Amino acid sequence: MSFSSRTVSPATSQSPSLSQDVVVALRDINLHFGNGAQQVEALRSINLDLVAGDFVCVLGSSGCGKTSLLRVLAGYQPPTAGAVYIDGKSHSAPNAAVGVVFQRPNLLPWLSIADNVGFGPKMQGEPDFTLRQRVAHYLDLVGLSDASQRLPHQLSGGMQQRAAIARTLAANPRVVLMDEPFGALDALTRESMQLHLRKIWQQTQKTIFFITHDVEEALILATRIVVMHAHPGRIVQQIPNPFRDVLDHMSTTELRTMPEFVRLRQQLIAGIHSVESG
Amino acid sequence: MSSLSLPRRSTKPHRAIPRSLQGWLLPIALVVAWELLSRLGLVAPNLLPAPTTVLQTILVIARSGELFRHVGITLYRVVLGFGIGTLVATVLGALTGYSRTAHAYLDPLLQALRNIPSIAWVPLFILWLGIYESSKVTLIAVGVFFPVYLNLMSGIQGVDRKLVEVGKIYRLSQLQLVRRVFLPATLPAYLVGLRNGLGLGWMFVVAAELMGASQGLGYLLIDGQTTGRPAVIIASIVLFALLGKLTDSGLSAVSQRLLYWQDSYGAG
Repeated sequence: MSFSSRTVSPATSQSPSLSQDVVVALRDINLHFGNGAQQVEALRSINLDLVAGDFVCVLGSSGCGKTSLLRVLAGYQPPTAGAVYIDGKSHSAPNAAVGVVFQRPNLLPWLSIADNVGFGPKMQGEPDFTLRQRVAHYLDLVGLSDASQRLPHQLSGGMQQRAAIARTLAANPRVVLMDEPFGALDALTRESMQLHLRKIWQQTQKTIFFITHDVEEALILATRIVVMHAHPGRIVQQIPNPFRDVLDHMSTTELRTMPEFVRLRQQLIAGIHSVESG
Repeated sequence: MSSLSLPRRSTKPHRAIPRSLQGWLLPIALVVAWELLSRLGLVAPNLLPAPTTVLQTILVIARSGELFRHVGITLYRVVLGFGIGTLVATVLGALTGYSRTAHAYLDPLLQALRNIPSIAWVPLFILWLGIYESSKVTLIAVGVFFPVYLNLMSGIQGVDRKLVEVGKIYRLSQLQLVRRVFLPATLPAYLVGLRNGLGLGWMFVVAAELMGASQGLGYLLIDGQTTGRPAVIIASIVLFALLGKLTDSGLSAVSQRLLYWQDSYGAG
């Protein structure tokens, strides 16, 4: 089952350094917590490639190890076995190549929105002139130009999360990891954020690794959907998203009523919850 | 009936007193009552002189130039003690808040010392440092030290872990992390510590000056007692209240400017 869709990522069988396109390669990742009888197998033999411009959504119920996978990928959590390669180079500690957007915006409350967005580059010593241009560009990209001088607490949750996305993008990472970034937002805001993120992705052509438990969210955003199961955390299914371009000429309401969409959604929901291993 | 009562309600002459003046109402009433009771001879003037008498006493001391000498020396002691106490507390609090090792070595001792009532140090300080300025300033510094130390330490320890992670994601150096994340995040707790410390500073300057001084507002208190002049005692108390309030308001104003970014109930 998990091998049926390998054609989507062309470099899976090769060494990661051989393909120019592969931005992120996860190779035989295993992750254990604790030891002895208490040992928990959080991740088992994870293999995954992200090519440039990929928008991979990882679907799974809570506790399936998707956040552990993100932490390994970000470099926060060293895997028990296996390795992460970014642009063919081994990646074992957080660095500028990987940007992360969390469920909470985590903006610095004492800085204006513009200063928050420019925080990373400024700390790296970017000169004021280019920094200002960069901040203006990313604020514009997420639609927050008018809020640039406001403080985080003066903004709505959705706007704060957009500022967090702009901050991550402004550091110009090779790949952006997102851990249920819209999970804390209300349903209406979430949908507008999804469409907004889709536009941002189309404009920037960033490689995105996106974790969610919301099947519809995955179907709206992803180029590729990865389904994970728990105990141990593993990938059981990888499919290309057949609806990846549909939203360019269709509304989400129309999309939701397509029979094919409804069918795939049901399949994925069943797939997430099925207990038998693949 | 209702047509009659409606206009009456709307033309009611006075509304509630403005919020900014509400706090003045009770003190003014008390002072007026005090004045009246004294004037009517219901309170013995040799125990509780009238407010006007107290005011007169302050003016008399002021005119002789003594007032400024006393206020000046007391202020000097508080400022110096506050400065030294704050400096030491800031260094140690930053250390024990930031470094677990420093915390393990230093904090238990400091917490144990904190449990000694600061006044209990007085005999020792006088023995070591003499009865002049050093022992007084040291006592004030000890009083100021603990609230500043505690607030800074727990403030640093309480910094939102996620904000620290943000700093690490953007690969801040240790120094940048301290300056850009820990410092602003700790500032609210630190300023509360400073205000508490300042309050204790004023408390301990009284204690220090009561123990033996030839100048200062505390000396004026004792002088009033030994010479049987209650007006002088009350005048000193009023001056202490005034100076304490003024310095605290100053610190409070600085706090509000520095913490403009906080989303707090009171900021509205």
